[in-house]
Amino acid sequence: MTAPLHDTSAAQTAAVDVAADVPQKAIEGRSPWKIAWIRLKRDKVALVGGFVVLLLIVVAIFAPLIVSLLGHPPEELHEDAIDPLLGTPIGSWGGISSDYLLGVEPVNGRDVFSRIIYGARISLLVAFLSAFVAVTLGTVFGVVAGYFGGWIDAAISRVMDLLLAFPQLLFIIALISVVPNELWGFSGSGLRIAVLVLVIGFFGWPYIGRIVRGQTLSLREREYVEAARSLGAGRTYILFRELLPNLVAPITVYTTLMIPTNVLTEAALSFLGVGVKPPTPSWGEMLSTAVRTYEDDPLFMIIPGLAIFVTVLAFNLFGDGVRDALDPKGSR
Amino acid sequence: MLAYLIRRIFAVIVMLMVITLVTFGIFFLFPKMIGTDPALYFVGKQSDPASIEGIRQKMGLDDPILVQFGKFVAGLAVGRTYANGSDVTQCAAPCFGYSFKTEQEVWPLLLEWLPVTLALAAGAVVLWVIGGVATGIISALKRGTPLDRSAMGIALGGVSLPIYFTGMLSLALFSDQLGWFDRPDAVFSEDPAAWFNGMVLPWVTLAFLYAAMYARLTRATMLEVLNEDYIRTARAKGLTEPVVIGKHAMRSTMTPILTVLGLDLGALVGGAVLTESTFSLHGLGYNAVKAISDHDLPVILGVTLIAAFFVVLANLVVDLLYAVIDPRVRLS
Repeated sequence: MTAPLHDTSAAQTAAVDVAADVPQKAIEGRSPWKIAWIRLKRDKVALVGGFVVLLLIVVAIFAPLIVSLLGHPPEELHEDAIDPLLGTPIGSWGGISSDYLLGVEPVNGRDVFSRIIYGARISLLVAFLSAFVAVTLGTVFGVVAGYFGGWIDAAISRVMDLLLAFPQLLFIIALISVVPNELWGFSGSGLRIAVLVLVIGFFGWPYIGRIVRGQTLSLREREYVEAARSLGAGRTYILFRELLPNLVAPITVYTTLMIPTNVLTEAALSFLGVGVKPPTPSWGEMLSTAVRTYEDDPLFMIIPGLAIFVTVLAFNLFGDGVRDALDPKGSR
Repeated sequence: MLAYLIRRIFAVIVMLMVITLVTFGIFFLFPKMIGTDPALYFVGKQSDPASIEGIRQKMGLDDPILVQFGKFVAGLAVGRTYANGSDVTQCAAPCFGYSFKTEQEVWPLLLEWLPVTLALAAGAVVLWVIGGVATGIISALKRGTPLDRSAMGIALGGVSLPIYFTGMLSLALFSDQLGWFDRPDAVFSEDPAAWFNGMVLPWVTLAFLYAAMYARLTRATMLEVLNEDYIRTARAKGLTEPVVIGKHAMRSTMTPILTVLGLDLGALVGGAVLTESTFSLHGLGYNAVKAISDHDLPVILGVTLIAAFFVVLANLVVDLLYAVIDPRVRLS
């Protein structure tokens, strides 16, 4: 009930803005995407989240450049920065200095700053690619199940139920542990990342699939689909031109909210020792190393922990903002 | 109702069978596909070919996968006898096989680990339901106030924190620095007070994560319910606010929360891996991770199946509760 009011007031304020800027174009038609964008722009918290996300992506892309300017190569050992007796970094605060911006890793003296920067690459790469796998599978199976119905729907729905009933984290750990060191021409970190992406993506698609199926079920019966059908539109046309554009909003929302979950899953798997293996830097792996040393060097635990926290929080804030912006009922 | 019950229980049995088959296939077939031999895991790498062959005969590792699966399921139901000539081992029902590592029967091990996990889950669930739901309701009623904003801010932070990070932080702070709580080492039967003291940090850490999720969910549901017409009717006919909220709004708010609670509790049996690893609690999750690094396939299989059983059971209970509350479910 309050939603249309909210919409018009948003449109009015926006209209006033436009009028102030370009007086001769006072009235303008707005697509739902424009309205969502206007709403998102007014959500300061979401914008901060989005900005941090953007910053993280830039950092991940330019990691080699940043590290060559400000740090040491992430896999380089610096035994001179380690107290040989205790195995802890020389100097207070985990060995933070102008040379090592965030200190060094206990025992082997690797540059924490470089490992955090490179860790962002692994974290975001796995999170984005596995979200892509999950969204692709979820959309295809969800639309097919919802649109065709019948036994196809029954089969796909049962598979989704089955996947959701698996003890996922346990299963992912076990599954990755039986993967050998070399497979399909991949080896080392490349193989690890590929397996992480596929496994996290595979167990993620039923969540999106269920939502897409439900949406398709209700959209299928709408008048405009019936109109297209009675005008002689083919199945492909209806699926891609009539249904899919109307599914983009929920899919966008769940993708932005799925990425932080994937960041957490990747970090958890690396923490448990089945994700990315050292010396390849990853935040979860750093935390699992910190388990042994955090009583003497708490900062080495806090830094990767904060990196995960800030990343996940930024994606969550941005995702919440996107959801509120795209949801026509959203009035907070 | 009876027909519905029978249909649901039948579906559960089918689903458990499929999960068993898939899990079994992955853990026994996959090593074969990539050229490692489960028999090798059992006897160790240095053994002579004769003893490897003996194990293979005894465990039936040369049989076709479906025969192996059939024997495994039969073992679950009526127990199993492993024999290779004069070398005979009895395994009572439900027989999950023998640990490759310790050569103990898996089922008694599972029974030993399950209470630890259940105790962790039970303590945490009490804390998170009370804390999360109360916070969510207060936030919804005080919507937009600084109280609501800060509660939701903390909750969003809570869902963005990895549990092993908060676990390590709380151990470092409350156990090592301040000495308020012990590390969870004590055994309940020996010293209940010390056990309780040691479990406080795992309970609170685990509960904090879930409380954050439940607070967000409760607030969102409550806000939606408060917009319903029947709430306006209740207010219009002069009911006091406590009655409107406590009796009318709460009932609808609790339904989705109960659903999620059932599913979360079921998933927690296999999902407390991270908490158990962080606090070294020797429950199912902790031992599953250990078994995975040991390539102890029967133990991994056993834990996965137990965890899946609880997920499916929780699904069934939630569905049945739904059918009791909402008669429409039975008809569809």
